[in-house]
Amino acid sequence: MASRTVAKDIITLKGSAAIVSEFFGYAANSILYNRGIYPEESFAKVKKYGLPMLLTQDDGVKSFIANLTSQLSEWLEAGKLQRVVLVIMSKATSEVFERWNFSIETDSEVVEKGVSREKSDKEIMREIQAIMRQIASSITYLPCLDEPCVFDVLAYTDTDVAVPFTWVESDAKLITNPQMVKLHSFDTKIHKVDTLVSYKTDEWEE
Amino acid sequence: MDAGSFSSTSLSSSSKTLSRRPLQEHVLPRHHHQEHVLPRHHHPSRQHGDRFIPDRSSMDFDMARYLLTEGRKEKENTAVSSPSKEAYRKQLAETLMMNRTRILAFKSKPPTPVEGVFQESSIDNVSTTQIRASKPRRYIPQSAERTLDAPEIVDDYYLNLLDWGSSNVLAIALGSTVYLWDASDGSTSELVTVDEENGPVTSVSWAPDGRHIAVGLNSSIVQLWDPTANRKLRTLQGGHNSRVGALAWNNHILTTGGMDSLINNNDVRIRSHIVETYRGHQQEVCGLKWSGSGQQLASGGNDNLLYIWDRSANTQTQWLHRFEDHTAAVKALAWCPFQSNLLASGGGAGDRCIKFWNTHTGACLNSVDTGSQVCSLLWSKTERELLSSHGFTQNQLTLWKYPSMVKIAELNGHTSRVLFMAQSPDGCTVASAAGDETLRFWNVFGTPEVSKPATKTASTGPFANINHIR
Repeated sequence: MASRTVAKDIITLKGSAAIVSEFFGYAANSILYNRGIYPEESFAKVKKYGLPMLLTQDDGVKSFIANLTSQLSEWLEAGKLQRVVLVIMSKATSEVFERWNFSIETDSEVVEKGVSREKSDKEIMREIQAIMRQIASSITYLPCLDEPCVFDVLAYTDTDVAVPFTWVESDAKLITNPQMVKLHSFDTKIHKVDTLVSYKTDEWEE
Repeated sequence: MDAGSFSSTSLSSSSKTLSRRPLQEHVLPRHHHQEHVLPRHHHPSRQHGDRFIPDRSSMDFDMARYLLTEGRKEKENTAVSSPSKEAYRKQLAETLMMNRTRILAFKSKPPTPVEGVFQESSIDNVSTTQIRASKPRRYIPQSAERTLDAPEIVDDYYLNLLDWGSSNVLAIALGSTVYLWDASDGSTSELVTVDEENGPVTSVSWAPDGRHIAVGLNSSIVQLWDPTANRKLRTLQGGHNSRVGALAWNNHILTTGGMDSLINNNDVRIRSHIVETYRGHQQEVCGLKWSGSGQQLASGGNDNLLYIWDRSANTQTQWLHRFEDHTAAVKALAWCPFQSNLLASGGGAGDRCIKFWNTHTGACLNSVDTGSQVCSLLWSKTERELLSSHGFTQNQLTLWKYPSMVKIAELNGHTSRVLFMAQSPDGCTVASAAGDETLRFWNVFGTPEVSKPATKTASTGPFANINHIR
């Protein structure tokens, strides 16, 4: 963030990585709250992106997301992160119900040459705000999660990334024949994040 | 001249290429190439055809054919070449995306949501779904699955004329004859018809091995039969001086209850077969049941008394408990298969109650007025359910949930009191014989497929009891 304050509309790789990883943190919190993965009482309201956002107060979840975002920003700064997926699955059977897919396109020139780009903070915030609103409103069309669920986060990285000690390789945890809803995107001019939620359709809908 | 032929061919080719857009870029250069090679040599003089009259000589059929067929070939070629393109694209995608992508996840998973108030509701959800999963609401047919005629059945509350053996053969006494009905193939056979001076038959009981039947007679005699050889093995006499209406097996001990109010334990292996005599009743003994462990015997009589006799007690002929709570004859007795020391007993027309006893402490646990004579009681081998059969007014079978004693089902069909009930070896089907001279089969305790594993557990039940006691 500090490096981004050099000039208002100049955005550096580091700043962009910070914005994107912070976005993941808030988006994950919002999904966990809105999809009822953790009890309502374990969330506290804060103001962010011009919206009231809910952040978990559960220490375990908090540290998980903090560890996640710090690792993500490291990869984002290296331009090695291709995608982040938040998976919601059944606690009992591990069946995957929802995949919140954030694909990331990184401007390789910025990573390689260390140049900066121009985009105002305000504009990025407005784009993120639109995504956050969509996440909050997603409960209107997503099927009810009527059994206890857990979540996991998958990071799709380049293969030349050394796997950190705390991470393991995972399968994609895909849903067969999912319904997909594309949400808004945001672009820092360095990282472009496309949001998409795919979910298991209710069987009775057929 | 060159220009003319060129313009005409280029017109035709352009119209063709227009109709075949994707090939445009491939066709045109070739066309130009042909233009230079072929027309110059072959058609130098045919330059000015009337543009309204088709001039076949000025039309370049070779060219047209070339364009048509070559174009088609080209189309096919692209179709042929597309797999390789596809493969290339795939390879490209792989090198760009797949091979360069690694899916990673945290080793330490986020905490599972089990804290807070939500916990209760989530656990509720889990437990209810588990209950739903493990105990789907079963359908209880309201009508009999099968009805057989039972002519000349003696309509006497104090007798016990129906038993279903472990060999899956049902024995029923009709008048002076004992019939066997093989439940596996539905075949009927006659075991014995006793002569007039001994008959009618007042009780039948299968030995636990399913290979011997005890037949109690009106004349106080008890006969042992081998149904496979259709041979009488033994006659037990001298134990009673009036009809034997109640029989109960406990391994090699056959307990007989008589109208003379006596209860005898007969060791069928030895010559002097009466090993114990329980004296307590003052009137006819009509209900006799050994507990699953074989330790306790419950006996009910026309004197409205219910006795519990304990084999392990040193004073073997002294009762363990004497219950006076019933206000009518006690015939219906059933030991609970899932809870040792729990006995259900049903009273006659003047009592109409099902009572539950802890035979260890002698406490009456519950009493339910059923509204009509209780003729027979059976516990489900799989569920915590009790089936009772009744007399006037409904002549119904009632299925109760235990211990809540909520009525689950009432099965109607019999037109007279349902005197006797017997349970199939798998515990699913119940046979009931009534004063209306019918034998009906009810699929009341679930389907055989469902209860197969449960039958196993039920069969281990008695052994579990033995382990507890010894």
